[in-house]
Amino acid sequence: MSQSLDDISRQLKKRHRKSARMKWLSFGALLLAGVFLVLFLADMLIKGLPAFQQAYIQVEVNYSERASELPLAAVEADVRELVSRGYLRLIPNRMEANPDLLGTQRMEWVLADDEVDQYLQGADSSLSAKHKAVVDRLTEAGRAELQFNTGFFTNGDSKLPEMAGLASAAVGSVMLLIVTLAFAFPVGVMTAVYLEEFAPDNRFTRFIDVNINNLAAIPSILFGLLGLAIFINFFGAPRSSALAGGLTLGLMTLPIIIITARAALSSVPDSIRHAAFGVGATRWQTVRDHVLPLSMPGILTGSIIGMAQALGETAPLIIIGMIAFIPDAPTSFTQAATVLPAQIYTWASMPESAYVERTAAGIIVLLSVLITLNATAVYLRKKFEHRW
Amino acid sequence: MQTDQILMTFFAGVILLGALGFYLGRSKAARTRAGGTHMHSQPDQYAWFAVLSSAGPAIIAAALAAIVLGVLETAFPGWLAVASALGLGAIGLFLGLNRIRPELRARDSLERTVKWVLLGAASVSVLTTFGILFSILFEAIRFFQMESFWYFITGTEWSPGDSFLAAAGREGGGDGAMFGALPLFAGTFMITAIAMLVAVPIGVSAAIYMAEYAPPVLRDVAKPVLEVLAGIPTVVYGFFAAITVAPLIVAVAESVGLEASFSNALAPGIVMGIMIIPFISSLSDDVISSVPTAMRQGSLALGTTRNETIRYVVLPAALPGIISATLLGVSRALGETMIVVMAAGMRPNLTANPLEDMTTVTVSIVSALTGDNEFGSAATLSAFALGLVLFVVTLALNFVSVMMIRRFRAKYAVNNL
Repeated sequence: MSQSLDDISRQLKKRHRKSARMKWLSFGALLLAGVFLVLFLADMLIKGLPAFQQAYIQVEVNYSERASELPLAAVEADVRELVSRGYLRLIPNRMEANPDLLGTQRMEWVLADDEVDQYLQGADSSLSAKHKAVVDRLTEAGRAELQFNTGFFTNGDSKLPEMAGLASAAVGSVMLLIVTLAFAFPVGVMTAVYLEEFAPDNRFTRFIDVNINNLAAIPSILFGLLGLAIFINFFGAPRSSALAGGLTLGLMTLPIIIITARAALSSVPDSIRHAAFGVGATRWQTVRDHVLPLSMPGILTGSIIGMAQALGETAPLIIIGMIAFIPDAPTSFTQAATVLPAQIYTWASMPESAYVERTAAGIIVLLSVLITLNATAVYLRKKFEHRW
Repeated sequence: MQTDQILMTFFAGVILLGALGFYLGRSKAARTRAGGTHMHSQPDQYAWFAVLSSAGPAIIAAALAAIVLGVLETAFPGWLAVASALGLGAIGLFLGLNRIRPELRARDSLERTVKWVLLGAASVSVLTTFGILFSILFEAIRFFQMESFWYFITGTEWSPGDSFLAAAGREGGGDGAMFGALPLFAGTFMITAIAMLVAVPIGVSAAIYMAEYAPPVLRDVAKPVLEVLAGIPTVVYGFFAAITVAPLIVAVAESVGLEASFSNALAPGIVMGIMIIPFISSLSDDVISSVPTAMRQGSLALGTTRNETIRYVVLPAALPGIISATLLGVSRALGETMIVVMAAGMRPNLTANPLEDMTTVTVSIVSALTGDNEFGSAATLSAFALGLVLFVVTLALNFVSVMMIRRFRAKYAVNNL
């Protein structure tokens, strides 16, 4: 068996070409992941940005005696279908609150129906040709336009897309995170302190250790089953409440906080501990006054990341009933509440096309909050990280 | 509202007792010390001793009362529990203050208590695991008392349908309910398989590039990008799958003459695969990076190309770690809920065609628990039986995955995994 040098060099070229091909192939895989991300974000922005604009039309509102009983009578027949029913419904209330309105007539910018909104945004709309003509006329007269949708941030959920907003879900999310943090942060940090600073190296300690890693891998929906069985059925926490949801998510975030807190604690060098012991401090004094403060930036970073994950979690909350229709923000931890991702889920299952853009807009808001949280975590880590 | 006020009263009471204990304990110790007596511990330690002896009994009593109330719902009214817990705290405060003397070793007892409290906190995570196991197990056993276990594992028809009628005591209801979970398992398997077909090649290739080829600058950019991909909430992925990917797949299928359902298995599978890429790539990246450099150098010194070194030396060495990452990805895919709830079908369907709609275990859990069925009905309890299967399978996968990574770690003496 003999090969000429030419053969070998040809073979070598082939092998090197193959090597280069592999390099670009694997680069392609990475690129593909990046492309997915860009496509996904672009898709959400395109779908969601229109929801930050809302159609308003200027109509003559007639606060007559009749309108206080039959709100439809307050506006002229040709624009009746174009005005949001949610606006009309509130007319009697407003007249009651402000009796001076009775008998007056004024031009007002009012919230338009969601189909008008869709039509003005250039999307598919089920408006009849007649109504489209009216909207066109109003637009030409400068009496119909898109304005910034403040209601999206100040209203609660609604069955009318043009009235639906994120406010009550945002309040619910904040309350839920308060409960989650109040539970998971102390318990998580204490567990980490125990495992890193106090625990003897015995079987039980190793069992806790293995167990925490397992807990991190359990599907989130099973935490929902736990919350349903323990917090709601056993301890009688109110269904759909921020209390039950927060505790459930607290158990779920626990492993993240424990694992990051342990890493932060173990990065504190032993010389610090030895110095403290040397001047007669007890173990607890050493931990409380020296080790914990030094590892706090790392622990906080981990907790923020855990909170970000809890903020985006939906599945366990669905199981414990946090997808209820909540038009008004909850005022206590035991009231029925909903959260941002659950609100997104609820809107995603609505048939009206205006809800699609609202869902995407909700997603944009949620992602912005998550990115802010994670960026804060990275910033904190960069700023306070101690290299020993 | 009632629960709210009771909880508020309790926490306010405990904080008040604690603050009182701290203030009184500290001032008593400070006074004694000012009198010139030598004390064993610092005033602060006596103060904390008083706090623990007042708030401790109150919290323990309240926790016990909550557990008793959980078992026997109307054993005693909630306000009585709070009142007696706070009363106990007050007695504890009195006794604790009385015990503050120069020879009391407050520091030592504080140290002991802290250790026990920390141990208690560490047990919470253990209790959580057992809580999940038992809460699921008990309800699952109730389910299997009503329905056959073998049919659940091997049956091919899943229609929990009208079993709520039987639970309501109605004649004839429940006869039509069938709990054969095989179609659910098949659907879960199909969607997981699609997800892994997307995630493993892309994830592992990306990891190879990051670990072996990427210049540091690119690495610094790519890592956060993949992390962002991992941080996107699943409900967002679900919306993306249902609104954008599914119609796209239907359109593509139609253009080649195939018929696809709008809730086909392909859309949630692909999107789930995208979601899992970062999990696989980041762990594989760590594993590939920790394959000893000496092995690469040895291989390159034999005249292999870079590709051959990676293929015949690095990857085989890293294989246990890559398999471990893949298994973790599988367990995540099996338990993933929101993507399938939003994008996969609701109809149990035993088919091998990914363009048809099919449902999964997690979808069935959600639909069983969000319907208006009675909690004790077989339809609701079936969620726990499915949850038990999910728990056992994911735990087993995780276990094997940990074993694999441990073997890799032991073989190459790597400590950072």
